[in-house]
Amino acid sequence: MMRLPWFDYRAPRSVAEAAKILAGEGPEAMLIAGGTDLLPNMKRRHQTPKVLVSLRGIEDLKKFSNGSGMALGSGLTLSEVLKIDKIPTALRQAAAQVATVHLRNMGTLGGNLCLDTRCTYYNQNYEWRKAIDFCLKKEGDICWVATASKRCVAVSSTDTAPAMIALNANIRLVGSSGEREIPVETLYNNDGIEYLFRKPDEVLTEIRIPHAGYKSTYWKLRRRGAFDFPVLGVAVALRFSSGNFIDEARIALGAAASRPFLVEKASEFLKGKKLTDEVIAEVSAMVASRAKPLDNTDMDLYWRKEVADDFAGYALRELRGDDMRETRLRIARHLV
Amino acid sequence: MSAIPERVHLKVRVNGEESPVSFAPYKTLLEVLREDLNLTGTKHGCELGECGACAVLVDGVPQLSCLVLGVECGGRHIETVEGLANGSELHPLQAAFADLGAAQCGYCTPGILMTAKALLERDPNPSRETVKEAISGNLCRCTGYQQIFEAIEEAAVRMKSKRRIEIK
Amino acid sequence: MSLKVIGKARRRVDGRAKVTGLTKFADDIVLPRMLHCRLLRSPHPHAEIEEINTGKAQQHPGVHLVLTGKDFPVTFGIMPVAQDEYPLANGRVRYVGDPIAAVIANDEQTATEALDLIEVKFRILKTIANSEEALQNPEPRIHDYGEQGNIHRIQSYEFGDVAEALAKSDHVFDDVFFYEGNTHLPIEQHASVAAPDGEGKLTLWSSTQVPHYIHRALSRALQMPASHIRVIACPNGGGFGGKCDLHNHEIVVSRAALKLGRPVKICLNREEVFYMHRGRHPVLMRMRTGVTKDGKLTGMHLQTLLDGGGYGSYGPASTFYTGVLQTVTYELPRYKFDACRTFTNKPPCGPKRGHGTPQPRFGQEIQLDKIAEKLKLDPAELRLNIVAKPNSLTANWLKIGTIGLAECIKQVVARSDWKNRYKKLPFGRGIGLACSSYLSGAGLPIYWNKMPHSGVQLLADRSGQITVFCGATEIGQGSDDVLAAMVAEVLGIDPFEIRCVTGDTALTPVDLGSYSSRVTVMMGNAAIQAAEKLKAQIAEAAAEQMEVIPTRLVFSLGRVFIDADPGKSISFKEAVEFAEAKFGTLGAVGSYTPPRAPGRYKGAGVGPSPAYSYSACVVEVEVDKATGWIAVPKIWIAHDIGRTVNPVSARGQVEGSVYMGLAEALMEEQVFRRLPPKMSHALVHKMPSLLEYKSPTSLDMPEVETILIEDPDPNCPFGAKEAGQGPLLPVMPALANAVFDAVGVRIDELPITPDKILKALELKAKGKTPRVGPESFPAVPYPKPIFVLPPWEGGDGKETKRDDAVAVV
Repeated sequence: MMRLPWFDYRAPRSVAEAAKILAGEGPEAMLIAGGTDLLPNMKRRHQTPKVLVSLRGIEDLKKFSNGSGMALGSGLTLSEVLKIDKIPTALRQAAAQVATVHLRNMGTLGGNLCLDTRCTYYNQNYEWRKAIDFCLKKEGDICWVATASKRCVAVSSTDTAPAMIALNANIRLVGSSGEREIPVETLYNNDGIEYLFRKPDEVLTEIRIPHAGYKSTYWKLRRRGAFDFPVLGVAVALRFSSGNFIDEARIALGAAASRPFLVEKASEFLKGKKLTDEVIAEVSAMVASRAKPLDNTDMDLYWRKEVADDFAGYALRELRGDDMRETRLRIARHLV
Repeated sequence: MSAIPERVHLKVRVNGEESPVSFAPYKTLLEVLREDLNLTGTKHGCELGECGACAVLVDGVPQLSCLVLGVECGGRHIETVEGLANGSELHPLQAAFADLGAAQCGYCTPGILMTAKALLERDPNPSRETVKEAISGNLCRCTGYQQIFEAIEEAAVRMKSKRRIEIK
Repeated sequence: MSLKVIGKARRRVDGRAKVTGLTKFADDIVLPRMLHCRLLRSPHPHAEIEEINTGKAQQHPGVHLVLTGKDFPVTFGIMPVAQDEYPLANGRVRYVGDPIAAVIANDEQTATEALDLIEVKFRILKTIANSEEALQNPEPRIHDYGEQGNIHRIQSYEFGDVAEALAKSDHVFDDVFFYEGNTHLPIEQHASVAAPDGEGKLTLWSSTQVPHYIHRALSRALQMPASHIRVIACPNGGGFGGKCDLHNHEIVVSRAALKLGRPVKICLNREEVFYMHRGRHPVLMRMRTGVTKDGKLTGMHLQTLLDGGGYGSYGPASTFYTGVLQTVTYELPRYKFDACRTFTNKPPCGPKRGHGTPQPRFGQEIQLDKIAEKLKLDPAELRLNIVAKPNSLTANWLKIGTIGLAECIKQVVARSDWKNRYKKLPFGRGIGLACSSYLSGAGLPIYWNKMPHSGVQLLADRSGQITVFCGATEIGQGSDDVLAAMVAEVLGIDPFEIRCVTGDTALTPVDLGSYSSRVTVMMGNAAIQAAEKLKAQIAEAAAEQMEVIPTRLVFSLGRVFIDADPGKSISFKEAVEFAEAKFGTLGAVGSYTPPRAPGRYKGAGVGPSPAYSYSACVVEVEVDKATGWIAVPKIWIAHDIGRTVNPVSARGQVEGSVYMGLAEALMEEQVFRRLPPKMSHALVHKMPSLLEYKSPTSLDMPEVETILIEDPDPNCPFGAKEAGQGPLLPVMPALANAVFDAVGVRIDELPITPDKILKALELKAKGKTPRVGPESFPAVPYPKPIFVLPPWEGGDGKETKRDDAVAVV
């Protein structure tokens, strides 16, 4: 049986206490919320923190409010997020497609946003990694995906982050010396190792989604109807003005680099346009040009590159009002 | 940093019974159940959250015991397959699974039974699509799932008629 | 004959245990003073071990014992001709994951910690990554036995002059196919517990499908008399062929338990299960088939190249099975079969559900579709026209009994509305058909002997209880239920009144195990024989009391009736009491040995079976032309089962087979990663995890319509043939054929993934051959064939020596 390494367990009652423990213990300490990402990694000895600082007992992280915008506590499980009334469609569709029912009952929204980057050379047992003499992300010197690469190209595999980016959400980070609120997309760094701009003592406490009048959607590409991480995620949020002209557009990609990111060019291009077939084709191509898949996830990389524009097209057509249910059913295996 | 304790002592409530248990602090709920409480009905297929064989109910919600820290189980109510039957009377899900071929090798069965129990408590009359979705986190290599879907639906019917009799 | 148990839908006798968590799988066994074992495995695909230092590991607190290769001087292997493994490496490792050392400690955590303290010095050898490399690099040899270089087995058989048959054909179809390897993936990871008993003898509880073979092989591996070893096969949490070998860890914990005088347990983790493998061989095939203009087959020349991995395992049998059953489905007047298995630095391949036969089946059924296309025939009609004849001999001297294949084809054709939909659905939607046949038990055991293949012993006493003892092994397929049903039917009692004691070499008569779909037929026949003997005793005693002749008694519903006077009866329990009073202690035995096969040439032992099952399958697909994405809305499967023992279990076996077939068709692959050879010699399993080795979830499984065709076979118990393997076979080619019907492209290799379809569609758009698959078949040094004349060409089943000049290359 795969077992966790030894660790010391702390259960702070407040965010401030958690931040204090993190500041005191330094890099030997790690936060744990739902545990669905960290514990498998610990069992495979990717991370062997001396101290686990559990966020489970902090009630503040489970709050939800809906006023001038939605404020979601980072400790809400993905299943709890799905039960929230009027949750934006892209977030609902993203959350509903994370892993499996059981893992959504355990994993938290904050945890999914902070998900470790993934790579088929990295997400392996210690013994397997030893057999390739390890890799750049952990204990090794070479990135086996791109041997000339100086940086780790592990893939950002969070579903909720592209949705949050499209929805123009902010996150709140609380550290031992203060707190800050930043746009979701600025949390991420395009580096498979240092993939978060989170300070070691900071706790992601809250996600704020503005009421921006968006229509939004999320399309996830993966092999099976459950379990699998995305090999491509396309999130789109559009605000229409009268006459179906686009007022504001935000398109974000997931699983296409070491970070989820906003495709700014496509967003700019859509402003003031109507979603004609031609416009959709042009924007889809723009989006697809930004997807740079590598051979470190499931499914053929050339194929993933080739279908990126189809996926962007599905998202845009759905927001135009086309009936995409059959397509979604074929790809997602269930309607979300 | 204080020294890591060799064992932790907790009271856990499993299948309605509260019992004290002591275990190495690195253990997950799966290990505590199987190794320290001798409840081997809960199975394991990967211990990484990739198969669903170890699913149990934690406070009524299906979770994977391989990714639940033992130290976090104090005060929570755990339900396992051992607690499903009422004395010698099988739970309708168990009976339907046995009758309709939903258990072949029986290894993924405890995890699916617990997951299905939570489903039927939430939705006593689930559609085929709902059933499929509910157990999509439980891999089965033997059945091709069809007989499992049918058994869950059959159990739902039996539970409904049982409730009707009880009301009468 | 009116049957009371057989054919009735029932809860299986072990159903309750399986839904209550009471079924004891091997890892559920906990014994006092039990220690835990973990194995150190090779990080290198091919290396010599120069030095092992276990000192630090031995000193680690909580460690009781460290074992290495020097503790195991004797080789082992499941087949007598492939004794090529050591429990722990003896100087050489042959794949990443090959076991090197074992630590036995208080708990798994401690054992794992100590593994890291073992120091091993390796001398790296050249990595042989696949069959092509094995053929090109005779050195370094992975084994110092085998045919030559890195060829493990190479053979050729010819039944009638195939070159002549092809030359005289109206058309010859020449295709190359590739079937990727894949693995069993039981959800239960292999576990074993070994413990010395009070007399110092050994008991091993294990997740094994073959306790008898393990018993024999363990005796050799431990150099200990078999009478001092007891092997208990725990119910398996899925087998599918993956628990048919004696595994390294079973020997290691046995030796450790004997040394320490304490129970020792091991449970492999998921990665290690991928390394134990023994699964589907990757097979490259070339198939040349001659046909007449009306679609009759004239001859076939099949060449196969198997990537065997690092050890022999069942490989010698697998090599045969990639060809020998090609003759059983359709009339094939002449047949030539060349096969070659190579050694490579990967986990060993062996038997997986369908053992060796799904690969050529995939090729043949696609080729038949191509033939139908070319000849403008309906693929269903073409097949119906060439279905093999019942009670006939094949070109390679296999004896066929009943054949329900035509009815299977008719059923799936009717239910899928084939005639209105094949070639008539809009672009992007299609349906495809394929058929298959499979063994109901291998005709010969894996070691030469003349003893029965299955034995059953019955115990009855005044309590009215019947206990049935048999070495057969419950792996999920319902083996215990079949056993109880057979005995219950004969004795006229409820199956739940029977206690099954199975899979225990100390208590149960030998049964060769749960493989080759042999259990229902062989154990069933033995059980009927035993039950009939017991029934005769009981009937004689009861008849005396009831003052009738025994033949007038009817055993039914737990009572013994007089046939003409159903009002007069006694309970079964009373009848047994009379019998015990009359004869003393009651018991009966039955045994079964398959009929001798007519083939007399060397190698004729692989392929014969008491009966063959048949299946036909239609798969419907939807293919997105822009992305190549494949959706499968529905599958129809008809299976010729002879007779259904328990329709609930039978349907489950068929649907489970369809599931696994669909998984192999669309996503499963046991593939390896070679790092840039200039930088690394590494060759690792690409995805040894349940997350990345893709097995379909409940959301990925289409609706399956199952039709059981009953055509009782006289060789089988109540006519029942197998159901657990055959129905897997037609699914993959039916899917490939459906893809062709949907978008007009041929994918001649497995798995069939969206990228391959898209690539083929792009070729089609460019006006090139719309096909993705292997381009060529390498030069393989097959030997001159063993030539045997088919029965209809005056042959006697023996080899015919031919002049070299006639030999065809």
